[in-house]
Amino acid sequence: MAGSKQLITIKGTRDGLTLYIDDSCSFSEMLTELEATLSTNHVAEDEPMITVTIQLGNRYLHENQEEQLRELIRSKNKLVVQSIESNVIPKKQALDWLEDSEVKVVNKVVRSGQVIEVQGDMLLIGDVNPGGKIMASGNIFVMGNLRGVAHAGVPNNREAVIAAAYMKPTQLRIADYISRSPDYETEGVYMECGIIDHEQEKIIIDRLQILARKRPDINGFERRMIHG
Amino acid sequence: MGEAIVITSGKGGVGKTTTTANIGTALALMEKKVCLIDTDIGLRNLDVVMGLENRIIYDIVDVIQKRCKLKQALIKDKRFDCLYLLPAAQTSDKSDLTPEGMEAIVAELKQEYDYILIDCPAGIEQGYKNAVAGADKAIVVTTPEKSSVRDADRIIGLLEKEEKVEPPHLIVNRIRNHMVKNGDMLDVDEIVQILSIELLGIVADDDEVIKASNHGEPVAFHPNTKASLAYRNIARRILGETVPLLSLEEEKGMFAKMKKFLGMRS
Repeated sequence: MAGSKQLITIKGTRDGLTLYIDDSCSFSEMLTELEATLSTNHVAEDEPMITVTIQLGNRYLHENQEEQLRELIRSKNKLVVQSIESNVIPKKQALDWLEDSEVKVVNKVVRSGQVIEVQGDMLLIGDVNPGGKIMASGNIFVMGNLRGVAHAGVPNNREAVIAAAYMKPTQLRIADYISRSPDYETEGVYMECGIIDHEQEKIIIDRLQILARKRPDINGFERRMIHG
Repeated sequence: MGEAIVITSGKGGVGKTTTTANIGTALALMEKKVCLIDTDIGLRNLDVVMGLENRIIYDIVDVIQKRCKLKQALIKDKRFDCLYLLPAAQTSDKSDLTPEGMEAIVAELKQEYDYILIDCPAGIEQGYKNAVAGADKAIVVTTPEKSSVRDADRIIGLLEKEEKVEPPHLIVNRIRNHMVKNGDMLDVDEIVQILSIELLGIVADDDEVIKASNHGEPVAFHPNTKASLAYRNIARRILGETVPLLSLEEEKGMFAKMKKFLGMRS
């Protein structure tokens, strides 16, 4: 029976406590057990706050369940919930991650008046003409002439970049930053990228090579998981 | 079975009507049966450019509203027996023309004529939709100005969405070579690169064009001007011939020679 098996294991680490919660019992069982366990562990008044990390294993909590759990732990003095970790996520969230981490290939000329919007990164094989607009929640890579408007990191990913084989945009937008072309006639630039420079707090355009240094996590798949 | 070509531009005043009249004339010169349709309801002027204004009795709206037969509304050109015009209505409203009505008219004309050239009104609203409705092919006219190229780009985007219409071809009209040379005007390569569609022809800015159309006689009818040659070449390309682009240099070359000559003397 449930009583015979330990549902909650507490481990102390340098960063605080970690609660391992058995993932085969019901949520109410878990709460009762937790209540009991935490009540028996009394702490002295003068000790500092203890941070708690909760490992749920293969259990998934709804938002209100999570709130209940936090509430319970908060009610015990001296305990602060640092994070709740679980091995499982809902399918929808997983698909959203996948969507966000995919590179969408678009093969066309984006003409004046046309808007192309994608989730995730966009690889445009073609041009963006003046008056045309492309938007992506991730990065934008244009293998062609970027003469219109490109908006990367919609709505709030400030790490997003815009790279183009030929760059002469009317506007570059990344997350909530906007930069526009100068008022005098300029030649475009080849193989450059636009990123947000965090020190200057604005979008800068520089050679593609700086990306390796400034945005190393464009590489690979792992970063997507981190973002998720 | 004929072919219907819509001539459009988005922006007004770039020379759609002049182009329609001249390509029509040039095709007629090559003994093709051609019918021109003016779809600019309320602001017709293809008839004026062709010099046929005084012969209009019925117009396209009369045909659509069945006040007359299609054949009754067609006006035969005064120079060619194989060239006809279906004029636009001057007093009706744009909404009197419908895409379905246009399709029916064009389909009927295609039985009889080799080429049906549809002169499209400026803009991208109802008038444009009507004009494009029956077309198989499209020609986009632009001038070497940014605003005109921008609108041409917009129109090309819209034309690409029309499933029945083949990818449009481009005519760059009113090129002033000395301005292009000075970098004050976009050059043809630049325009073609931006619009990325096939170039059908280039026409230099020529006073003769305005003179001729004021006389109600398309410039293509007179053989010895540059613009006329340009339009005739465009017609030949429509027929499938491979004709090299006209050089814009010629006059400039003479001018340069003269300058050189003067330079030597001073």
